[in-house]
Amino acid sequence: MSIKKILVLVFSTLFLVGVLAGCGSTVKTDSASKSTIDEIKKRGVVRIGVFSDKPPFGFVDANGKSQGFDVYIAKRLAKDLLGDESKVEFVLVEAASRVEFLQANKVDIILANFTVTEGRKQKVDFANPYMKVALGIVSPTGEPITSVDQLKGKKLIVNKGTTAEMYFTKNHPDIELLKYDHNTEAFEALKDKRGVALAHDNTLLFAWAKENPSFVVGVSTLGNLDAIAPAVKKGNEELQDWINKELETLGKENFIHKAYNETLKPAYSDSVNPEDVVIEGGKLK
Amino acid sequence: MLSSGINVLFEGSNMQRLLGGLLITAQIAFISIIISSLLGIVVGLMMTLKSRVLQFVFRFYLEAFRIIPILVWLFFVYFGVTNMLDIHLDGEIVAVVVFSLWGAAEMGDIVRGALESLPKHQMESGKALGLSFWQLYRFVLIPQAVRRMLPGAINLSTRMVKTTSLVVMIGVIDVVKVGQQIIERSIIDFPAASFWIYGLIFILYFIICYPLSILSKKMEMKWES
Repeated sequence: MSIKKILVLVFSTLFLVGVLAGCGSTVKTDSASKSTIDEIKKRGVVRIGVFSDKPPFGFVDANGKSQGFDVYIAKRLAKDLLGDESKVEFVLVEAASRVEFLQANKVDIILANFTVTEGRKQKVDFANPYMKVALGIVSPTGEPITSVDQLKGKKLIVNKGTTAEMYFTKNHPDIELLKYDHNTEAFEALKDKRGVALAHDNTLLFAWAKENPSFVVGVSTLGNLDAIAPAVKKGNEELQDWINKELETLGKENFIHKAYNETLKPAYSDSVNPEDVVIEGGKLK
Repeated sequence: MLSSGINVLFEGSNMQRLLGGLLITAQIAFISIIISSLLGIVVGLMMTLKSRVLQFVFRFYLEAFRIIPILVWLFFVYFGVTNMLDIHLDGEIVAVVVFSLWGAAEMGDIVRGALESLPKHQMESGKALGLSFWQLYRFVLIPQAVRRMLPGAINLSTRMVKTTSLVVMIGVIDVVKVGQQIIERSIIDFPAASFWIYGLIFILYFIICYPLSILSKKMEMKWES
């Protein structure tokens, strides 16, 4: 039957092309186009990746608008880059796919509470930091976890792809981890008592524990002090340099403190010292 | 209080946003279901043809979508393929493409199973009557196979509707993500927000999936009589 032969030929060709295309993809990714400042200016809008469900850093308000600390800074970057703070397109990203959004050139900058790590440095380029963070552990007030030793043989809740997951996998492999994709799910799981505690960035936990008084941040600093910085696509030095200079300029007017007062202060208890959280001028003191 | 939490649904444009998210979910699901039904019949037909090469190719295609998680396919197409070809594809388009390819593979297998389950004499009688290849399938085999594949096809469709919640990983804001955004935003004022939001999402998914169940029941009843 000739129809059959033609079909065989067509589909085998398609199949082969598919396989070859699949093989090629891993090799070429780095040479793909970079979004330089000129490109952004030509486009007239800067695409910045922010969180949509992590108040007070990046969240969506009741009217569907992006708000928060990262968003506040992102708007200022857009204003200084393109002359208008509305010339920013907020791309709502998930923690586990932030690197991919940059690599695939879906965003120009990631400003989504992105902690600087060695592993991530290989894949994206970080600008200077604007915030610092350590890990914290939050647990119910009734059964507080105040040291990591208490976690042995118990279940600890973490988010996939976060520093917390990396830290416990590497340093405490004997603690059983319950991993979730989304923050919402992870915190719900803690409330449902699926794990005895939840580990995450302490800055996020300070805010969450204020909203949920039946929980307490039993361990407030754990692991290394990490820096949080804007990230750009690997090799995009032009934009990286621009952000570094911009952070220096903003440091002169204490802009990051202003952002802290506007967005983070209302969410944290008064006991949190802003100097423990923000970095002005892009330099760790 | 639980009763105060219900207000969160009507605060600002929350309800509108949830329904907007639902529309995205429904769009991706139903466009993919329609495409995969049509493609699935073609794929299923190919699978029953007695060509070694074709059978291998489609077996590979089917297994690729069965074994590799849909999330990986979404990442691969959204981040990998678009980057390699240096094109920009909307997350929603990528979702429809991936879900259609997945649906077509699974639907193809359902169609193949239905066709192969038909008694051999159906095909032989058709050939004896002098029907051509296409006539045989169009008038004898496919109408009978459709009845047998209905339960499997409906099952696949509802699975596709539910799996759409993965699209949030490639930046598409579906109904579940909107719900999470609202919960996170409102948790201070409405501690019971998650109950009401997820409750509403539960009902919304039910509203999308239940008509599919009714449809299949109706069709089976119609063919029975």
